[in-house]
Amino acid sequence: MEVKPPLPQVPPPVWGEFKDLQEWEKYHQERPTDDKTSEALTSIADAIQHFPGGWIVTTSTEKIFNWARKSSIWPVTFGLACCAIEMMATFASRFDVERFGMVPWASPRHSDLMIVSGTVTIKMAPMLKRIYDQMPDPKWVVSMGSCANSGGPFRHGYHVVKGVDRVVPVDVYVPGCPPTPDSLMYGLLKLQEQVAHFQQTGTRPAPAEPA
Amino acid sequence: MTALTPAAAAAQIQQHFGVAPVVAGGELGVTLPRERWQEFARFAKNALECRYFNWLTAVDWKEQGLEILARLDNVEAPMAVTMRTRLEPGATHCPTVTGVFRGADWMERECYDMFGVVFDGHPDLRRILLGQDWEGHPLRKDYAVDTPQAPYR
Repeated sequence: MEVKPPLPQVPPPVWGEFKDLQEWEKYHQERPTDDKTSEALTSIADAIQHFPGGWIVTTSTEKIFNWARKSSIWPVTFGLACCAIEMMATFASRFDVERFGMVPWASPRHSDLMIVSGTVTIKMAPMLKRIYDQMPDPKWVVSMGSCANSGGPFRHGYHVVKGVDRVVPVDVYVPGCPPTPDSLMYGLLKLQEQVAHFQQTGTRPAPAEPA
Repeated sequence: MTALTPAAAAAQIQQHFGVAPVVAGGELGVTLPRERWQEFARFAKNALECRYFNWLTAVDWKEQGLEILARLDNVEAPMAVTMRTRLEPGATHCPTVTGVFRGADWMERECYDMFGVVFDGHPDLRRILLGQDWEGHPLRKDYAVDTPQAPYR
């Protein structure tokens, strides 16, 4: 893998440095010749072709769709327990997952991702399954925290589902009790990596059978 | 009206029910036979002015049977009476105190839900926290917690 050069030093757009408006516009409309690290294009950079006379991007539909999917994952607003507090902090301005195109959305029908943040009780499991079923395909599930992963400290309680993967299929498990916003963000970035290699097969893996 | 002292209340209980309460500060503990459960609740509300029904729960003493406890508070005195009764081994029936304290309704439903204590005379004895299709009473000591049951655990 080649090491990318640092970002080119762009001079500030001061009027005095340009001859006239035309030159200023020309400067800003042309892409710098050595800028290969633009955020929007790095993920599909291997598909960018240089053609003489201009810029043309050719790529496969799967690649461009996956890029679009992973850049606009909308998690459904669904907090179950104390992990939801950390999830809210992750959504808020300090950590700000909106940088990754994630907007917490209050409707499962517009959402792509369900962050199961907290203990799933046996009484809550049918509702969780129902919300999951209301989400349109393709959809992903992040299991956040020990409780959602395995039941956690309440595993030997009479009322707890011992892992949300017994209810819905899970893509990323985030450990912690509760996970910090950093952990959750790492999990979400892992999910983005996963989505970048998503292939539509028409079927989803069935949830694991209880042992 | 002068507030009732714990010592005077203990004397009244001794006089009416023939049991000596355990007094610790403002706390009285009374152990009653099951037949006088309702009668004592009414006595505590009217004579001892314990108008606040604080909580009701049970303890599973395994082969020695279940124990029912309830705490009644006199918030003016201040004084609290913890009334307790033992059911025979295997017995699950206990008289209700919903006729005396309306707040006992949900407490007794929870106790039924968790311990399977049937409160005779309760107006609406259903499960309150667990689903209506739940099997067993999970706070009993003989409830198998880790039994895998379809579909979720």
